[in-house]
Amino acid sequence: MTPFTFERAASPAQAAAAAAATPGAKFIAGGTNLLDLMKLQIETPTHLIDVNGLALDTIEPTQEGGLRIGALVSNTELASDARVRRDYALLSRALLAGASGQLRNKATTAGNLLQRTRCPYFYDTNQACNKRSPGSGCSAIEGFTRQLAVIGASDACIATHPSDMAVALRALDAEVETIHADGSGRRIPIAEFHRLPGDTPHVETVLEPGELITAVILPKPVGGRHVYRKVRDRASYAFALVSVGAIVQEDGSGRVALGGVAHKPWRVEEAEIELPRGARPTTERLLANARPTRDNAFKVTLVERTLGSILKQARG
Amino acid sequence: MQGQSHHDLSRRDLLAAGAATLAGSSAGSPANAAPASPGAAPASEARNEPSSAPTPGPVRMPVHLTVNGTTRDLEVDTRTTLLDALREHLSLTGTKKGCDHGQCGACTVIVDGVRINSCLTLAVMHEGAEVTTIEGLGTPGHMHEMQAAFVKHDGYQCGYCTPGQICSAVAVLEEIKAGIPSHVTQDLVSAPPLSEDELRERMSGNICRCGAYSNIVAAITEVAGSPA
Amino acid sequence: MKFDTPATTNPIDHLKVVGHPHDRIDGPLKTTGTAPYAYERHDVVAEPAYGYVLGAAIAKGRIARLDTSAAERAPGVIAVVTADNAGKLGKGNFNTARLLGGPEVEHYHQAIALVVAESFEQARSASTLVKVDYKAEPGVFDLRAARGSASPPEETAISGPPDTSVGSFASAFTEAPVTLDETYTTPDHSHAMMEPHATLAAWEGDALTVWTSNQMIAWATGDLAATLGIDRSKVRVVSPYIGGGFGGKLFLRADVLLAALGAKAAGRPVKVALQRPLIPNNTTHRPATIQRIRIGAERDGTITAIGHESWSGDLPGGGPETAVGQTRLLYAGANRMTAMRLAVLNLPEGNAMRAPGEAPGLMALEIAMDEMAEKLGMDPVEFRVRNDTQVDPEHPQRPFSSRPFVECLRLGAERFGWSRRDPRPARVREGNWLVGMGMAAAFRNNLLMKSGARVRLAGDGSLTVETDMTDIGTGSYTIIAQTAAEMTGLPIEKIAVHLGDSDYPVSAGSGGQFGANNATSGVFAACAKLREEVARRLGFNSEEAEFAGGQVRVGNRSVPIGEAAGEGEIVAEDAIEYGDLDKTYQQSTFGAHFVEAAVDVATGEARIRRMLAVCAAGRIINPKSARSQVIGAMTMGAGAALMEELAVDTRRGFFVNHDLAGYEVPVHADIPHQEVIFLDETDPISSPMKAKGVGELGICGVGAAVANALYNATGVRVRDYPITLDKYLDRLPDVA
Repeated sequence: MTPFTFERAASPAQAAAAAAATPGAKFIAGGTNLLDLMKLQIETPTHLIDVNGLALDTIEPTQEGGLRIGALVSNTELASDARVRRDYALLSRALLAGASGQLRNKATTAGNLLQRTRCPYFYDTNQACNKRSPGSGCSAIEGFTRQLAVIGASDACIATHPSDMAVALRALDAEVETIHADGSGRRIPIAEFHRLPGDTPHVETVLEPGELITAVILPKPVGGRHVYRKVRDRASYAFALVSVGAIVQEDGSGRVALGGVAHKPWRVEEAEIELPRGARPTTERLLANARPTRDNAFKVTLVERTLGSILKQARG
Repeated sequence: MQGQSHHDLSRRDLLAAGAATLAGSSAGSPANAAPASPGAAPASEARNEPSSAPTPGPVRMPVHLTVNGTTRDLEVDTRTTLLDALREHLSLTGTKKGCDHGQCGACTVIVDGVRINSCLTLAVMHEGAEVTTIEGLGTPGHMHEMQAAFVKHDGYQCGYCTPGQICSAVAVLEEIKAGIPSHVTQDLVSAPPLSEDELRERMSGNICRCGAYSNIVAAITEVAGSPA
Repeated sequence: MKFDTPATTNPIDHLKVVGHPHDRIDGPLKTTGTAPYAYERHDVVAEPAYGYVLGAAIAKGRIARLDTSAAERAPGVIAVVTADNAGKLGKGNFNTARLLGGPEVEHYHQAIALVVAESFEQARSASTLVKVDYKAEPGVFDLRAARGSASPPEETAISGPPDTSVGSFASAFTEAPVTLDETYTTPDHSHAMMEPHATLAAWEGDALTVWTSNQMIAWATGDLAATLGIDRSKVRVVSPYIGGGFGGKLFLRADVLLAALGAKAAGRPVKVALQRPLIPNNTTHRPATIQRIRIGAERDGTITAIGHESWSGDLPGGGPETAVGQTRLLYAGANRMTAMRLAVLNLPEGNAMRAPGEAPGLMALEIAMDEMAEKLGMDPVEFRVRNDTQVDPEHPQRPFSSRPFVECLRLGAERFGWSRRDPRPARVREGNWLVGMGMAAAFRNNLLMKSGARVRLAGDGSLTVETDMTDIGTGSYTIIAQTAAEMTGLPIEKIAVHLGDSDYPVSAGSGGQFGANNATSGVFAACAKLREEVARRLGFNSEEAEFAGGQVRVGNRSVPIGEAAGEGEIVAEDAIEYGDLDKTYQQSTFGAHFVEAAVDVATGEARIRRMLAVCAAGRIINPKSARSQVIGAMTMGAGAALMEELAVDTRRGFFVNHDLAGYEVPVHADIPHQEVIFLDETDPISSPMKAKGVGELGICGVGAAVANALYNATGVRVRDYPITLDKYLDRLPDVA
């Protein structure tokens, strides 16, 4: 871990300005992923801006009937919020399927969105990785790929996004609210927030340098049955092989988003037309361009079977 | 550059409060410290790639914690985790380092009433915090009821994950009381039940390779069932 | 004390303390965080420097250039140790690869440098400044591909001969009316103990003390001296608390050597803990196996031919995974063969992990037995009962010292409700769950090892036991205290137990489930000597003296035992040594595992619902800690069945998932309530304690019991561990 200076930010705008003005600066909130990576010399900030003191830790109703979730609301607080449990159960379920109680107590809403991949080749600094060291190559594609992406990958990167929460936010059509160094803000639809790897897998989101996430906005509730199924090798405290988050309405229509299959939470709105017809046609469209490896081809089958189970549960 | 004037620090001990060497400041980034850029290494020629930039010295900051009810004034390298501050600076070695990466739970402590992995948080992020470690729960002569229950039910073997299991267990019962749901909570809208399934899921962030799980659940169940 | 005839009645048989489920005497320390582990010895060294290990980035080849200059200039750095400046190093008896590599690199993450600095943060940071250029060489990393190149390994005392043969296996197998010929695979496993390998080293002149985490103090002492090229008498190894080992801490490892070298280079004490991401590749692991099993039987289930072949790999000079061992002893069968073959692999060093040989061997054999029972239309329990043997089937003149295997099977079946199992697979459904039951035999040999101890009786009637025996979570502290209490008649509160120090008499150490029986027998021997001396000093005939309630009594005369010590203390030291009772008799432990498992019909997720083990392991010295040993082993076996696998990158020669997130071991949510039943038996042929080992029996067979339960649930047979859902998902019922 490279030495770094440390400051506690006083306001979101000041934090963003400091980040923009300081080369090598990074924000730190929960730190559960950033410090993990700093210990391995994968992240090497020379200045940390602690944003924990910013008053971004509340969940407020919006005028549109939705919720504005402060960037610093912990995963535990978010999953436990009565409104979230009642109206956005998919989000509660996704959060509770992730990590451990200890990690959820520390991990924040914004930090969860910014988690980096758990690809083991990304984590091993002896191995070539375009995400860690642009242009060095990808040692994973021809390697051990059981956990890695089946769709949306490129010749440069086969990593997956590890977040459960982001899968739920994708299905819920959330927006990410940010602030720039100049004090201006914007709202980024979750669909556009994470990128596919392409030739630049080290660029994972559309955030600009210094841009600070201040909140996640949930639109007004859409009703329906909310189901999040995370399939993994052990029963808890593990990353997904695949996860399927779905909202199913009484008429059989609905939404579905996937985790563990791509470099970003995976949703194909056009595929949702097929939901009333069942899991197979839906999956065929959701994963139409899947290019699995020998090791992870099972994920396609697993998505279809998991979705099938969800639809059955939602109907029953 | 203030932070670089402390290359030769050899003491990691308690310093008197007020011995601050570097106030938090947005201008405090070492100017000559570029992020490491390993550059392009061909896949066939692996190398341990160092950063080519000169190494900046450690940056030290004061931090004030209340640990097990006692105020502790520390000056630490900004890189020092809460875990290492406890173990190496305060000699509170009951909190264990199993993985240092949030993958095992051995470092679990209770900070401001909430259990966290102390390996994945910096000491300087906890200015003014109240930290409870295993040493703060009880002593060999006066064990906390959870500690006593672990002994009675043999809820440990090698003992290395044990402090983390116990800190987690104490916090888990509070979390259930507070109505915090879990992955296995059937009905999200009601209060979660106190069941063995709930305990197993909530304790899953604490790995016990000796495999004392069955006995740990028995110990927690006993404490949960006993009148407070 | 020589033990060469079966034990007769002795003071242990009083069972006033031994045999009772006493709480562990180290429990209050462990549960309050006050038991000091190696890296935590602020009490012995005030300001150690910190070492951080750099592991090799290639699997095989040479270091072309190693530049430590930037690291040496980094803030706080005191020294950088490499093979270039470490001086001439030897290699210990128990190491295959060198612990400090360079210029030759023998395996991935082999240690090649230690950076020593004032703080942990500085050492870690400076380690990234060590510049290394490698010249990689091609290696062999794929056991399947190397299978054809494998050859018979050298015979050793532990592995036995590479090949055994009785009767005519080939013709008997050909002629058998019912046969099975299947191949099973088990992957590389990581011990993944919770405490990383860690050492604090301090030199005083030419004398070295290491506070470390090691299962076998005498081995570590000898190998550390041999590696450093110093006299053994100059080395002290201290290891009172060990945060898990499972075989991974049987040997001297890089943390110890590098801490010693670092302390020498720095001129002050240094502590080193292996970073978790280094551990799977830097240290040892349980090697993967390919196992072919052939069984031929009469239609009534009598086995007429049984053959077991196993292939495994290791570094040059390494040894095989002895996966055929149990097949030489477990079932009858007139015609039999076993064979082990060893391939050279350039993966990290393979070595012992909990129940080496039997753990992976039974994972294969006991699926084969399940498959064979199904082919025969027999109940799997009855098939095993049918083929019980009371003698070593390869050497029928050797009886088992005791073998209540059938009793384990029968009692387990009864207690588990085995009769409710539907033998037809995939017939039981509860909602989305396919439910099944499976069972398997447990078998593990009882090993006899010389073991010494010293006891000190003080005038106040307190007794101190000293032995270099270790407690790796096994309960050694407690069972040794129980043994000493039983032998001296003192209450257990008066017994202090000091372990894990090379200044104490050499014990069996912790490994191969031989620790409890042998170490307590060593304490028995020392206490027997103490009793004689106490009796002599008090003027009693030692044959007649009774030791009870803190008193020594003959007839009406009763004296507090402490009086024998007077103002000083009585010191007695002895060791248990064995004759040839383990040659005359085959000494083994037995058990039966029963498992109920469920599989989600849609997703294939598997969950264990119930587990029961019935064990026969001689006298159980402490049923509470022994039960914990068994449930812990069952948990590790459940991991082996369902999730544990070091994934090999066969291009670059390393274990890819080298941390505790990638290498998944069971968590709380994976493990249901577990039941353990010990048969009430003693084995007087084993030792004066009449006990046998139990710490590994619990992992033996349990993986196959899980596998067989999954088969019974789903009807899909998977012969390739771990049994993860990707291996059977497409064969589950259609749910779309």
